[in-house]
Amino acid sequence: MTTPASGPVTLTPRQVTRRRRALAARRTWASFRSHRSGLFGLALLSFFILVALLAPVLADGEGLEVTKATGGVLESPGSGGFLLGTDENGRSIVTLLIWGSRISLFVGLLATLIAMVIGTLVGLASGFFEGWPARVLYRFTEWFLVIPFVPLAIVLATVLGRSLLNIVIVIGITGWASTAMLIRSQTLSIRERPFVERARVLGAGRWHQMSRHVLPNVMPMVFANTTLTVALAILAETTLSFLGLGDPTRVSWGTMLDDAFSVGAMTTGAWWYIIPPGVCVVLVVLAFTLVGQALEEVFNPRLKGR
Amino acid sequence: MNGVDAVSAVLDLRDVTVTYRTAEGPLPAVRGVDLTVRPGEVVGLAGESGCGKSTLVGTVLRLQPASATVEGEVLVLGQDVQSISWGKLRALRWAGASIVFQGALHSLNPVQRIGAQIAEPIRLHEPELSRQAVDVRVEELLEQVGLAASRKRSYPHQLSGGQRQRVMIAMALACRPQLVVADEPTTALDVMVQAQILDLLKDLVRDLGVGLLIISHDLSVLADICDRVVVMYAGRIVESGRANEVFTDPLHPYTKALSGAFPRIGDPAARYAPAGLAGDPPDPRDLPPGCSFAPRCPLAVPECTVAEPPLVEVGPGRPVACIRVGES
Amino acid sequence: MTEPAGSEPAPAAAAVRAAVTGRRRSYGRYVAGKVAGAAGSLAFVLVLGFFLFRVLPGDPARTLGRGRFKTQDQLEEFRAQYGLDQPLPQQFLTYLKNTFSGDLGESLRYRTPVSDLILDRLWPTLLLVGTATLLATLIGVYLGVISAWNRGKATDKITTGTTLTLYSMPEWWLGLLLIAAFAVGMGPLPGIFPTGGLHSVDAEPGTIGYVGDTALHLVLPVLTLVLVYLADFSLIMRSSLLDEIGEDYLVTARAKGLRDVEVRRRHATRNALLPTTTLIALSIGFVVSGAITVETVFSIPGLGLLATEALTIPDYWVLQGTFLVTSAGVILANLLANLVYGLLDPRVRS
Repeated sequence: MTTPASGPVTLTPRQVTRRRRALAARRTWASFRSHRSGLFGLALLSFFILVALLAPVLADGEGLEVTKATGGVLESPGSGGFLLGTDENGRSIVTLLIWGSRISLFVGLLATLIAMVIGTLVGLASGFFEGWPARVLYRFTEWFLVIPFVPLAIVLATVLGRSLLNIVIVIGITGWASTAMLIRSQTLSIRERPFVERARVLGAGRWHQMSRHVLPNVMPMVFANTTLTVALAILAETTLSFLGLGDPTRVSWGTMLDDAFSVGAMTTGAWWYIIPPGVCVVLVVLAFTLVGQALEEVFNPRLKGR
Repeated sequence: MNGVDAVSAVLDLRDVTVTYRTAEGPLPAVRGVDLTVRPGEVVGLAGESGCGKSTLVGTVLRLQPASATVEGEVLVLGQDVQSISWGKLRALRWAGASIVFQGALHSLNPVQRIGAQIAEPIRLHEPELSRQAVDVRVEELLEQVGLAASRKRSYPHQLSGGQRQRVMIAMALACRPQLVVADEPTTALDVMVQAQILDLLKDLVRDLGVGLLIISHDLSVLADICDRVVVMYAGRIVESGRANEVFTDPLHPYTKALSGAFPRIGDPAARYAPAGLAGDPPDPRDLPPGCSFAPRCPLAVPECTVAEPPLVEVGPGRPVACIRVGES
Repeated sequence: MTEPAGSEPAPAAAAVRAAVTGRRRSYGRYVAGKVAGAAGSLAFVLVLGFFLFRVLPGDPARTLGRGRFKTQDQLEEFRAQYGLDQPLPQQFLTYLKNTFSGDLGESLRYRTPVSDLILDRLWPTLLLVGTATLLATLIGVYLGVISAWNRGKATDKITTGTTLTLYSMPEWWLGLLLIAAFAVGMGPLPGIFPTGGLHSVDAEPGTIGYVGDTALHLVLPVLTLVLVYLADFSLIMRSSLLDEIGEDYLVTARAKGLRDVEVRRRHATRNALLPTTTLIALSIGFVVSGAITVETVFSIPGLGLLATEALTIPDYWVLQGTFLVTSAGVILANLLANLVYGLLDPRVRS
């Protein structure tokens, strides 16, 4: 099946690499498939991503505009043709949910990207280099790790002002520390492996060792961690929106919940305004968490069989 | 041994077979082993890793994993440990028979003082003893194995490898058992410490009159301190007999290889004996036909692959499982 | 590792003594390391506080007083009042001096010192976070043990699935649901618990009824935090215990004749609890974060409510004060947990 490069068909190193990658990907998928909860999460996730992508097809974007709202104030589900009723402005909850998924996922993914980039860079650097810069970075990470998220995020969001991008930045720069810690410990263990040592002895520069040996081996764990971080980022978006720090001009699940709380949806019995967005948050967060945990088990042999 | 056959055995394995259930099908780890240990007797069990030695140790106190099926009888002090009730089994564990486990570092609880770990089985099996009496017993045990009584306050990581092995031995003797099974008691120790530990074990058997079963991959270690030696290969016994006879005059080609593989210190002749075996032990799931040793055997002939050779007495108390023995 | 032949019994007592003093010394070093780390974190928080409120906004006075000042004079006056017209290094020194002397500025809204406000609001938060952390730890550890011992079985799957679902909920959303179900009452369910606050209006401080009344008010908010953060604690314990389950010393314990329950309780669980201490401490930060929104939902007059109320003004010095105090609290709680861990685990001391 896998013929070595010296076989009858001579392969270029690039082809060999590509084959090896394809094989690794197949093996990863086979291993992932055995995690039923991970598959469930993946299915759930695919559904929400599809909804977010197809939002313009599924619901008319005009339904978000307060001035063009067609329903009455807080109509209950079923009445007036609104499947899940309306909000205090007479907009369809279903439409808000569909378009809200875009903002919630966007914030979650972009904030995670920022956290991942900072976390991976700091983690790699503090794990790979020696001497005081590494120590300073490590300490810095450690300090950041113990600072409680919400107080810091509140302060940052207040200082920066209310906008979608600021929310993304706030979540991104408050969430990188645990990633950096993970990457650091992974880097430390990979740095000691024979193949990196061999490369070092053969005269490979730091950059070569890092980009060719350490980074590719750390990436799977980064990937698993990313998935888990998205879950936390989406939760963070909800919380910041609830605290009134979200972008008031955009509809996300978080701002929906904030509005619902402000108009007292819970005490007036308008459950259709407060339960569906919350359930969406729970499902998406759960989906990312399940997929992330399954990936962690696939990539970390120490966790196999749990 | 010395004609006192009437003394009942402390350990009596009768046709013991252990099979593991695995994803790739059944794995027979031990196949039809008979073995006895009498009070005051030291029996050695030799073989390469993976030959079923450690599996056999597990069956003595019914510690084998749930995936293992044990057939035959494992009699400890006359009780069949594989079928008695859990209550009786727990009473027999450690008080009747104890084990010196392989790798003392991992077999001791890392965050409990060793005194507490030695005292634990005493408190369990002799609840009538006062706290002071248990304390005194622990200190005696530590001194018995050559450690200071004050060591009881140490944690495992504060001791050297040899000291930890001594603690394991003290712990094994805590409830004055009649049978002690030592699983590779000296592996991972350096030669000097190895000799000390073996001497200690030998003295204890002589002084306390317990039966001792020592497991090792090193035949020369066993030859030094055992009365009898049993050699296992691929889950079966291939040869047994008096220790010095088996070592100096091995009959089975596997035993010959084993005795050559570990040259005896100070024996110049050993250096010229045939060195270690070529090849690996067979996969227990896929045993070769006939004699399992045939593929690695320098003396193998076509008949060897026809049927598994039975254990045949070729001399007094000297059974060997090889069709080529006695030919020449 | 090597053991000199025949030198065993005599120097052993000396060795034990050496080990004991060495252990004390190494615990001392461990403590020093952890204290230095916590001090570093605190210093970092201090610098961050300064940076966030005086450097990041560009012109702090303009940002701080957003929309509040009609005239340039008012702005200048504000600047002078808070020393914002001075150069940054000078401001930093003043900031340090004030913070260390307990002066956290004056609330723009209440016109009282921030430190007084914080002291006033500290106890409800401590009560809420403390009770919730304690309960979540106890229940979480218990659930973690149960699912680890039944790994892969229905019990494990149900426990892990339920706690993970709860973990995926925004804590304040769960709080709202609980209010609706148990405080307002839904359908046939009567409302049993108060909808918010920490005390009833008519409760008399110092009486037993007052304590009971406070407890009743705390049931739902504590329940909210416990339910959401249960997964954190139970997953930590579960994986910590799974690390122990394969260990050889458990076979030794079984061989000694211990019952399975005793093997679990005396050996595996106890050992797995040790590393859990520090991991649980790291989760305190999350509980504190959760408490901020839960206090808002249940109108509990704690630091969280103080901070969220300050957000709308925005009352900067109150925000700065709550940021400094909650961060310091979490750092100290972590330090405490690490010191306790060092005392419990003999391996740390060497």
